[in-house]
Amino acid sequence: MSTEIRSILSEMEFSGCLKTDLTLGLPGGAPPKPGSKRGFSDMVDLKLGASCDHDEVSVSTPPPTKAQVVGWPPVRSYRKNMMKSCKYVKVAVDGAPYLRKVDLEMYSSYQQLLAALEDMFTCLTICNVMNERKIMDTANGIEYVPTYEDRDGDWMLVGDVPWNMFVETCKRVRLMKSSEAIGLSPKTASNGLSMNR
Amino acid sequence: MCLFQSVMNYFPEEVLEHVFDFLTSHRDRNAVSLVCKSWYSVEKFSRKKVFIGNCYAVNPERLIARFPRLRSLILKGKPHFADFNLVPHDWGGHVYPWIEAMAKSRINLEELRLKRMVVSDESLKLLAKSFPNFKSLVLVSCEGFTTNGLAAIASNCKFLRELDLQENEVDDRKGHWLSCFPESCTSLVSLNFACLKGEVNAAALERLVARCRNLRSLRLNHALPLEVLQKILVQAPQLNDLGTGSFTHDPNSETFIKLKNAVKNCHSIRSLSGFLDVNGRCLPAVYPICANLTALNLSYAPGIFSNELTKLIRHCKKIERLWILDTIGDKGLGVVANTCKELQELRVFPSDLYGVGNAAVTEEGLVAISAGCPKLNSILYFCQQMTNAALITVAKNCPNFIRFRLCTLNPIVPDAATNQPLDEGFGAIVQSCKGLTRLSVSGQLTDQVFLYIGMYAEQLEMLSIAFAGDSDKGMLYVLNGCKKLKKLEIRDSPFGNMALLSDMGKYETMRSLWMSSCQVTLGACKTLAEKMPRLNVEIISENEGGAGEVEARLDDRDRVEKMYLYRTLVGPRTDAPDFVRTL
Repeated sequence: MSTEIRSILSEMEFSGCLKTDLTLGLPGGAPPKPGSKRGFSDMVDLKLGASCDHDEVSVSTPPPTKAQVVGWPPVRSYRKNMMKSCKYVKVAVDGAPYLRKVDLEMYSSYQQLLAALEDMFTCLTICNVMNERKIMDTANGIEYVPTYEDRDGDWMLVGDVPWNMFVETCKRVRLMKSSEAIGLSPKTASNGLSMNR
Repeated sequence: MCLFQSVMNYFPEEVLEHVFDFLTSHRDRNAVSLVCKSWYSVEKFSRKKVFIGNCYAVNPERLIARFPRLRSLILKGKPHFADFNLVPHDWGGHVYPWIEAMAKSRINLEELRLKRMVVSDESLKLLAKSFPNFKSLVLVSCEGFTTNGLAAIASNCKFLRELDLQENEVDDRKGHWLSCFPESCTSLVSLNFACLKGEVNAAALERLVARCRNLRSLRLNHALPLEVLQKILVQAPQLNDLGTGSFTHDPNSETFIKLKNAVKNCHSIRSLSGFLDVNGRCLPAVYPICANLTALNLSYAPGIFSNELTKLIRHCKKIERLWILDTIGDKGLGVVANTCKELQELRVFPSDLYGVGNAAVTEEGLVAISAGCPKLNSILYFCQQMTNAALITVAKNCPNFIRFRLCTLNPIVPDAATNQPLDEGFGAIVQSCKGLTRLSVSGQLTDQVFLYIGMYAEQLEMLSIAFAGDSDKGMLYVLNGCKKLKKLEIRDSPFGNMALLSDMGKYETMRSLWMSSCQVTLGACKTLAEKMPRLNVEIISENEGGAGEVEARLDDRDRVEKMYLYRTLVGPRTDAPDFVRTL
């Protein structure tokens, strides 16, 4: 087989990263660069980083060559295209006259999603207060809490689960007025959304 | 001349023909035509169905000369690895010359089934115009046509019974192809357009379904919402095979309740698929028909979670063919093992194609299935990991496999428990499953596994190898041992010239050999091509630069990136693009 492919695969073997429980967690909590959409080869890097057992292997170790293995796993392009769902969900803002739709697959972090919502609903701004972001309508001082309906029909606070899991399970998004959301908010100092994911 | 033959010669040809009518298998009919000249002649003129596994092994003229009264043709084009983007886009496999030749010779074509071929709108239009009794078109993994071509078929084929589009890449012009079926068309038995991306006219579809009282199989596409499905089921409760389009709605709505009632009335549905875009809470609508299902395809429904899947499957006690995603998990496969005692074929596809999630199955699921499903004979299994012990257990539990395809998501992963190669596991499979005709291996594998395959896989016809083996010996074991081998496809394995050239005559007994990213050189391929005039040895470059550039760059000692060879009666093909060089 080609030498590059052999080297990627044997690197994975050597560092014990083969029989892994793939996790969704990012290695060490470094957020992705805003605006950067991760390609498949970057996913390979993350898998390697997140799943290594060795403590000595620092998570910021540069991953092996980013070449992908063409045609593996052997799945027809038709199937690949079918599974590449574009994930359009409705977004409702309490008090707005109509809803919007966003494609969650366009973004790779909560930060990016909120920024997009800010663009869409121009009355909103994401304010930076004490290192936590809040969504506010600055014109009348109303605060919003981003929530979403998941597969089971439950309304959840946006931000708890890793981004990718959120994309998988989110059915629709609602920006709920803070005043209504008292029950939902976790017992933290503020209602803001912590953005370190 | 033996007594039997002289007796047979006293039968008029009509009697012989009538006897031959009972022979449906191509192999039997081929055998019959070799007996003597008169049998050859009777068989030739009475042959209605022809199967051509490689469209470049013969040409249309020879086909028509050989079987002038053919009515039904099956053609396959590109090599199998084209499915995985290993064959450049314009490699070939065009159906147009076949349709043109048959039209010119006034063949009374009624059925055409194509796989991995390039089908242009011109071909479809010519097809629609040229064969007045045309009844059935089945296209599998084809490309090159648009909905305009489909419109031509719908408009012109007055007796069309079957239009079955499976997993094709169709350029959907969002036209009204479905509306082109005239009001007089009532003959449809099977309509499958699940692979189309665009909208169809729902009202036209409902009217079509209403007037085609013999409709038995209907597979909708993603664009059709639940409301349409509900109306169709009311019109067509006689369906045997249903592919839902999108299956998502508010479960409390009136539409949904109407759907539930419509489904309850569909007592004949035995095969169910679709669920493209699904809300898990809508699944209970199909529970009433699950008890009688023999085939279920949920492999395009990543939106169904494991627990919803298992709830559904618990209702499906008679399932014989099950296609699902690995989101089912090992536990879910345990439920399948406990519930589906009639299971014959299982396919578990990967859901995580872009490295996003973490769903996968392991050897545990496979072992559970093998233990619980005594009739299992065909499996395609994409998994996270595998062990020799598991494969040995599976081999013991299921000696009846005819197709065994295992695909580890990491192509060279060793035994998850012992870190050894998976040679022993696959060895057990081939030793136990004496009827095995198709095998795909993966994981870390040495020459040893090929020794086993050569030794035990006596019925093997198709073998797929990737990232396996240590030396030419591996390939030699297979070529020398597997007497019935028809198709061998190898990628990224260290097999070279010695293996390629050791038994050149073998390739005339096979349909084709594919080798990519191996160690064969241009010189060896040239030698092979020279010695074996009845083989086409194609060197395929990436789609850059013309043949001239290819020749300038490659010298006899250079490795060939992609080689595809196949037996043929008609020499190098005339439609090869620049980047394909037939030696």
